[in-house]
Amino acid sequence: MSSSNRLPRLLLVALAAPASLFFAVLYLWPVVSLLARTLTLDSMRAAMHDSALRHVVWFTAWQALLSTAFTVVLGLGPAYLLARYEFTGRRLITALVTVPFVLPTVVAGAAFLALLPDSLDQSVTAIVLAHVFFNIAVVVRGVGGLWQQLPTDLTGAARTLGASPLRTMREITLPLLAPAIYASASIVFLFTFTSFGVVRLLGGPAHATLEVEIWQRATRLGDVSVAAVLSVAQLLLLGLTVAWFAHLQSRQRRGLQLQPASQRQRPRTSRQRSLVALTSAAIVVTVAAPLIALIERSLRTTDGHSLAAWRGVFGASTDQPARPTTGVLVDPLASLATSFRFAVMATAISLVIGATASLAIAALGRRGRVLDIALMLPLGTSAVTIGFGLLVAFDSGRLDWRASPLMIPLGHALVATPIVVRVVLPVLRSVDAVLRDAASTLGASPVRAWREIEIRLIARPLATAAGFAMAISLGEFGATSFLTRQGRETLPIAIERLLNSPASLLHAQGYVLATVLAALTFVIVAAIETTSNRVDRRA
Amino acid sequence: MNRLAATALTLALAASACASDSKQASEVAPSSLTLVAYDSFSLKPDSFDAFTKSTGIAVKIVTAGDAGTMLSKAALTAGNPEGDVMWGVDNTLLARAQQAQVFSPYKSSELPALEPTAVALVSGNLVTPVDEGDVCVNYDLVWFEQKNLDPPANLDDLLKPEYKDLLVVENPAASSSGLAFMLATIAHAGDSAWQQYWTSLRGNGVKVVDSWDLAYYEQFSGSTGKGDRPLVVSYGTSPPAEVIFADPRPDRATTGVIGSTCFHQVEFAGVLRGTKYPTAAGALIDYLVSKSFQELLPLTLFVYPARTDAALPAEFNDFAVRPADPLVVSPSDIEAESKNWIATWTNLVVR
Amino acid sequence: MLEVRELTMRFEQRVLFTQASLTVADGEIVALLGPSGSGKSTLLKVIAGLLDPDEGRILLGNVDITTVPTHRRDIGMVFQNEQLFPHRTVAQNIEFGLRMRRWNSQRRAERVTELLELIGMSGFERRRVTDLSGGEAKRVALARTLAPSPRIVLLDEPLTGLDRELHDQLARDLHQLLRTTATTALVVTHDRDEAAVLATRVVAFADLTPRLPLAEAGDLR
Repeated sequence: MSSSNRLPRLLLVALAAPASLFFAVLYLWPVVSLLARTLTLDSMRAAMHDSALRHVVWFTAWQALLSTAFTVVLGLGPAYLLARYEFTGRRLITALVTVPFVLPTVVAGAAFLALLPDSLDQSVTAIVLAHVFFNIAVVVRGVGGLWQQLPTDLTGAARTLGASPLRTMREITLPLLAPAIYASASIVFLFTFTSFGVVRLLGGPAHATLEVEIWQRATRLGDVSVAAVLSVAQLLLLGLTVAWFAHLQSRQRRGLQLQPASQRQRPRTSRQRSLVALTSAAIVVTVAAPLIALIERSLRTTDGHSLAAWRGVFGASTDQPARPTTGVLVDPLASLATSFRFAVMATAISLVIGATASLAIAALGRRGRVLDIALMLPLGTSAVTIGFGLLVAFDSGRLDWRASPLMIPLGHALVATPIVVRVVLPVLRSVDAVLRDAASTLGASPVRAWREIEIRLIARPLATAAGFAMAISLGEFGATSFLTRQGRETLPIAIERLLNSPASLLHAQGYVLATVLAALTFVIVAAIETTSNRVDRRA
Repeated sequence: MNRLAATALTLALAASACASDSKQASEVAPSSLTLVAYDSFSLKPDSFDAFTKSTGIAVKIVTAGDAGTMLSKAALTAGNPEGDVMWGVDNTLLARAQQAQVFSPYKSSELPALEPTAVALVSGNLVTPVDEGDVCVNYDLVWFEQKNLDPPANLDDLLKPEYKDLLVVENPAASSSGLAFMLATIAHAGDSAWQQYWTSLRGNGVKVVDSWDLAYYEQFSGSTGKGDRPLVVSYGTSPPAEVIFADPRPDRATTGVIGSTCFHQVEFAGVLRGTKYPTAAGALIDYLVSKSFQELLPLTLFVYPARTDAALPAEFNDFAVRPADPLVVSPSDIEAESKNWIATWTNLVVR
Repeated sequence: MLEVRELTMRFEQRVLFTQASLTVADGEIVALLGPSGSGKSTLLKVIAGLLDPDEGRILLGNVDITTVPTHRRDIGMVFQNEQLFPHRTVAQNIEFGLRMRRWNSQRRAERVTELLELIGMSGFERRRVTDLSGGEAKRVALARTLAPSPRIVLLDEPLTGLDRELHDQLARDLHQLLRTTATTALVVTHDRDEAAVLATRVVAFADLTPRLPLAEAGDLR
């Protein structure tokens, strides 16, 4: 934006305020409170001299890099397919790709484990495969979102100038997709660097990430002090990496003449048709197989298969009057309602905060980067640190919100907001500056031009972001596990408890709920796919 | 329920009206107490109806993660607790709770009715034992029958070649059952020899996973996961847990417990230091060890009541194993040594 | 010589053109005149190989190129909205086709200078294409296409979006440029006057096909 066309300072402040306040109260203050209470010089010294910890840091970093690289490379194919081609079932497949990303790892991880060949059990290969499986949606949707707005004629121009398809990809498409690729990569890196469930489930005791180590120290060994040191170390490492990604991303920003996403084509040639069919089939099989394993698990008994667990969840509880003393771990159906309620609240909160934050970050230019990185921090902070921090921060007098029912959706919003920003920001940053200046020269005030162009442009990414936010809330486990109260269990919490039950019937009920969660996620994401398409058509 | 709440509210209001006159004389009777418990605490809310009926105090339950997480949270907020009473600190965590000054002592009038060995673990009435259980090696009865092989009889048998690659255990750094089993081997082999024991166990193909449900439901052959390991570290009450919910109920258990491998666990409840209602909290502790409440525990938490005169359900008498002489390590030794033991174990077994 | 023989193109159930035929002789500048949305742009993309026809053949210098991939056809194309590469400078855009043909950097630089001179934009080498005015961008797009001297240049509405004065000026410049470089060209436009200024021969798009619904054909005349 040229300097004469700046937005008024007051508007900028108003835009940045909700996110800044949200971040300060729900993240900064809790984490600082916890660190102030637990960090000591001794624990820092102890952590520094622990060679086992150095091993953990090293492992955490390289498995995350490897996982991110594989996820990005393997995600580009489906991203291209879903962005460029229109075919029956495209929306369903987009939704299907998203399901693993939102399922709690406790759930899908177990299903993944069931399908994994024994030779890969407890190996790094298993960890990386699972990370790709869980995070590929970030790349497919993040990169695909920009890809479908990239004019096809641009690559056509390169082709007529003599560039082969591969060369066009390397010289034109990838550089122009770079902002979205870096944005997606930084999210995937965050998730894989802080991986917890996958590593415990598939990596076994020999492979611990920092996140696992922090959890072990804080909850198993009661060593919150060293855990705090590790938490800071984790944050610093991630902060550096994310800042680097953000730097790459902002260096790559350029004015693209984006087109509304209406240029998807039906595959015409037999080669295109088989490409679409093969990729779709691969996606369906990869995602469906673990989900089918989930269903199979929900039907298992010690000596065969039965619908007992499904009857237990959905049938009348009067089935078992003979054992009135038997306990209830959790009310499965109530957890469904609870999860849904929290998801709606968390989505609303994170959309409002994420959208205003994105507009502020885009308008603030270089200064916006601080807010951008700040909002990403919760993703890079261990759930234990945030959970314990909230506990410590909100424990006194009038601020004793520890048991407030709002804490859970707020916690979810903390995790979902950075995703909203990551989805919206690349689109905002790619807005043609010329477009805005053109609007100004036509007599629109800076505010008017901004309203006409930016606000309209974020409709589509916001719809996508809403899907992500809702799904993240539905599947969130880490932060929730520290904030849950009896009677307010979300689905993932209920699932985790049931899976840990010593009774195999209740264990199977955990898989019943997991199946329900997967189906629910799929339905929501598919519904959002449909609405976001409607937004397209209106635009 | 409504009437009850109304009564409670009236009582509370009346009490607070009195309190304004004689503030120091006695604590205000609360309308409700909060019981902090680990997340697998699965008693129905109506289990506390009798307490509410007799005192007018409702009981809210706050779950706080697994027992270790719960204690870490309590340690961070010691003196300004999330609730009034805590359920579920066990003998592996007891000394840590003591150091962190989480509890304030309370001497229950029911102590004489409780298991004396469990009571003896506590000094100064800091907490009150509420239940007991054991972590033991379980085996798949069917597997051993089909192979025509006797299951191992004790910890040393696990090192024999005929049991190679059959055992799955949990990581003591990540799982309480894993920690209990490591402590069992230390109690069995002693300070000097336990490391050698694990080196041999590793040589005999022990598999380590990160959590109990992974070991029991994924790796163990005797449950629904149909894994390929017929020996697993689980609980002495796992066999009845398998049959209680089964429909139709089998006439015999499909899994067994090796009694001499058991590590004894005792769980305690205590009054959280900083509660505004210590007297009412004490009354709740008494209720938790009352006969009627104690008899609810076996079929909900799959543990034995701490109270010696509580009746056991038939399934426990039929299927559970309660070793006469389980392995034990004193809470103070556990607190002093467990970090080193776990570090040593990690180097020996998984690195 | 470009020969288009009985091309048929259907698009999602809609027939865009059936059995369209056209010949462009070497050195000729043919303007294809037709209303927007009639399938003219699609025809250009089929000739360039960016789209595959349902039926028909394309010959270039008597060689059938119907199945030759775009980048080996040596057909240049100027797109609507220029489609300059936004991450490249003016010089990098113009030399793109030369790099693909493995010209060394010195020859590329010389050619870029020559072309910039030709379009009256000397000294613009290091400028960002996103900073260009509408007319400048169009000229750079043309220079980029002409740089490797393709056997034929296809121009898709090359002058839309300019104000009248600039439009007329550029139309004359463009004609001059195509003549001085002796370029064979096929221009698609909806503007009858523009067609007259640009081309050596004007063809109505409707006349390419033997059977076109009467109503639409009538609109053209």
